[in-house]
Amino acid sequence: MAIKTEPFILNIGPQHPSTHGVFRLRATLDGEVVVDVEPVIGYLHRGIEKLAEGRTYTQNIPFTDRLDYLASITNNLAYVLAVEKLAEVKVPERAEYLRVITAEMMRIASHLMAVGFFLNDLGAMMTPVLYMWREREKLLDLFEMVCGQRLTYNYMRIGGVSHDIPEEFLPALKRFVAEMPGFIDEYDQLLAGNEILLVRSKGVGVLPEELAINSAASGPVLRASGVKWDIRRADPYSIYDRFDFDIPVGSAGDCYDRYWVRVQEMRQSVRILEQAIPQLPEGEVCAEVPRLLRPPVGEVYGHIEAPKGELGFYLVSDNSIAPYRFRIRPPTLINLTALKDMVIGWKVADLIITFGSIDVCLGEIDR
Amino acid sequence: MKFERYGIGIAKGMALTFKHLFRPPITVQYPEEKLVVSRRIRGNELVWYPDRCTGCATCAKSCPQGNIEIVTHVGDENNYVVDKFEVDTGRCMFCGLCVESCPYEALAMGLSYERAQYRRGQLVLSKEELRLSDVRQPSGYARPKIEATLPEQSLLVNWDREKGGQKLSLVPLSKKRGRGV
Ligand code: SF4
Ligand code: SF4
Repeated sequence: MAIKTEPFILNIGPQHPSTHGVFRLRATLDGEVVVDVEPVIGYLHRGIEKLAEGRTYTQNIPFTDRLDYLASITNNLAYVLAVEKLAEVKVPERAEYLRVITAEMMRIASHLMAVGFFLNDLGAMMTPVLYMWREREKLLDLFEMVCGQRLTYNYMRIGGVSHDIPEEFLPALKRFVAEMPGFIDEYDQLLAGNEILLVRSKGVGVLPEELAINSAASGPVLRASGVKWDIRRADPYSIYDRFDFDIPVGSAGDCYDRYWVRVQEMRQSVRILEQAIPQLPEGEVCAEVPRLLRPPVGEVYGHIEAPKGELGFYLVSDNSIAPYRFRIRPPTLINLTALKDMVIGWKVADLIITFGSIDVCLGEIDR
Repeated sequence: MKFERYGIGIAKGMALTFKHLFRPPITVQYPEEKLVVSRRIRGNELVWYPDRCTGCATCAKSCPQGNIEIVTHVGDENNYVVDKFEVDTGRCMFCGLCVESCPYEALAMGLSYERAQYRRGQLVLSKEELRLSDVRQPSGYARPKIEATLPEQSLLVNWDREKGGQKLSLVPLSKKRGRGV
C-alpha cells in the first residue's frame, strides 16, 4: 500500500533564534526535504532611503549606522565615500588611515559574529559564539573609546572622521593585534578539525561559481565559490592599494568554505592593521567642508567591500542640501537571492545552516 | 565523508574548552559592579548650560530627527532669551550631531547610561531637567576639556591573562552616576 504524501509548508520565523533578526522563511517541505523556500522580508523596514531624501548629507550618516548594525563603520564609510566622490572632497591622510584601521577592526568584529552564529545554527550552542564575543568585546571597547558608542558609531564625516583617536587607543589596538592571531588559532583548534562541523557543512548548500556570479553575490559568499573578487583590490578605494594582503578564496562554495573564508579574512585584516598602525601619519582628521554641503548636480555610485559583501550607495544630487535620491545596494539582500538554489534538495537542518552561512543582517535587508 | 581517525578534532576542541575552565572570568556582576565607560560616551541624552546658550538653534537644525525644540524671544540687550528648550529623548538616536554643531559649547552628551522610564512623556526633557546636576554629568564627546578630566575607560584588552583575576577598573556601587537611582 502506497502512503499518500503531500508537500507541507513550514513557516520559519519571523521570531525565531535562527533567523538572525526578524526574517521569515516560507519553506515547502516534502517530509524533511526542502522543495522550495520563499524569503519574506520587510519586518524591519524603516524607509531609510526615503527618510534620507529629507535630510542633509551629514544628517544621513547616523542613518547608515542602522543598516548593517553589526558593521556600522563600513556603512558610514561607503556613504561618505560616495558623497565625497560627488562633491570632490579631498580627505586628509591621517583620516584615510583611521578609516582603514576602523574598517578593518569592523571587518574582524563582523566576521566574529558571522562565524560564531553560523556555529550556533549548526548546533554548537553558544560555546564558540562566546569565545568569539570575547574578542569582539575588545573591539567594541576600542570603538567606544574613539566614538563614544558600541554599536552605532556615526564616526565617519564627509571629508574625514569625527574625532581623532585618544592617546590610549593605539597601545590597546597594538595589543589586540598582537594577540588576535593566537585567538584565531584557538578557533581553528576548536573548530576547523571538528568532525561534526565538517560532516554538517562540507558539501552542504553549494553555490556553484557560475550561479554565484549570475546572482550578483558578493563578499565571502562569492569568494567561497572560488571567485577572486574583492573590491579592495578590484576597484581600490581609500588607501587600500598601499597594503599588502591576500584574498582568501574557497573552492567548493559550500557552507564550510564560507566559514573558512571568513576566518582567513580575519587573519588578513589583522595583517592590514599591522601594516597600517606604524604608518599612521600625524595631522588633521577632517577636511574643511561646509556644514550644509551642496554637491554639484550629478549622480554617483560608490561601493566598498563591506564585511558582508559589496555595499554600494547610489546618490543623485540636485545641488540642494539633501540628496535627491538615496539608494542603497545592501550586500546581504542580494546574497540572499541565491539561497533558494543553495538549499533545494537539502534537509531543514541544512537550510538553517546554509542561511546562517550567508551571514545576513536584517537591518540592511529591510532598510 | 570519511575520516581516518574519527574524534581527534572533537578531542582537540574539548581540550581547549577544558583549558578555559581554569581561566578566570572576564565578566562582571552588572548592577553591583560597573565598568568605567569611555570618556567620549554618548550616553544619557544631553546636558545643557543655560548661561552659555545664545538660543541660536544651530543644534536644533543639525538634529536629523528634529528632536530639539527651541522657543526664544528678543531680550533687552538685543539678545535671544530662551523660553523653551525641550528635547524629546524618546526619539533621540544619540548621534551627537547637535553637540558637535553647537558653536558655544552649551550642549554636551551625558555620561550616564541608565535611562529607563515608566512613561514616554518622562522622556521629553525640559530646560530644568537638562541642566547639570548630580545625576546629569557631561561626557567628553566633542568636548576635549571635559574629556581630560574623566577617568580612564576600562578595557578588556588590558585585562591581564597571565596574572588572572579581575583587572578591569570598576566603579563601586556608591559612586554610580545613574539617573533615577
Ligand atoms: S547650538 Fe548651542 S548655543 Fe545654539 S541654541 Fe543650541 S545649545 Fe544653544
Ligand atoms: S543626539 Fe542626535 S538625535 Fe539626539 S538630539 Fe542630538 S542631534 Fe538629535
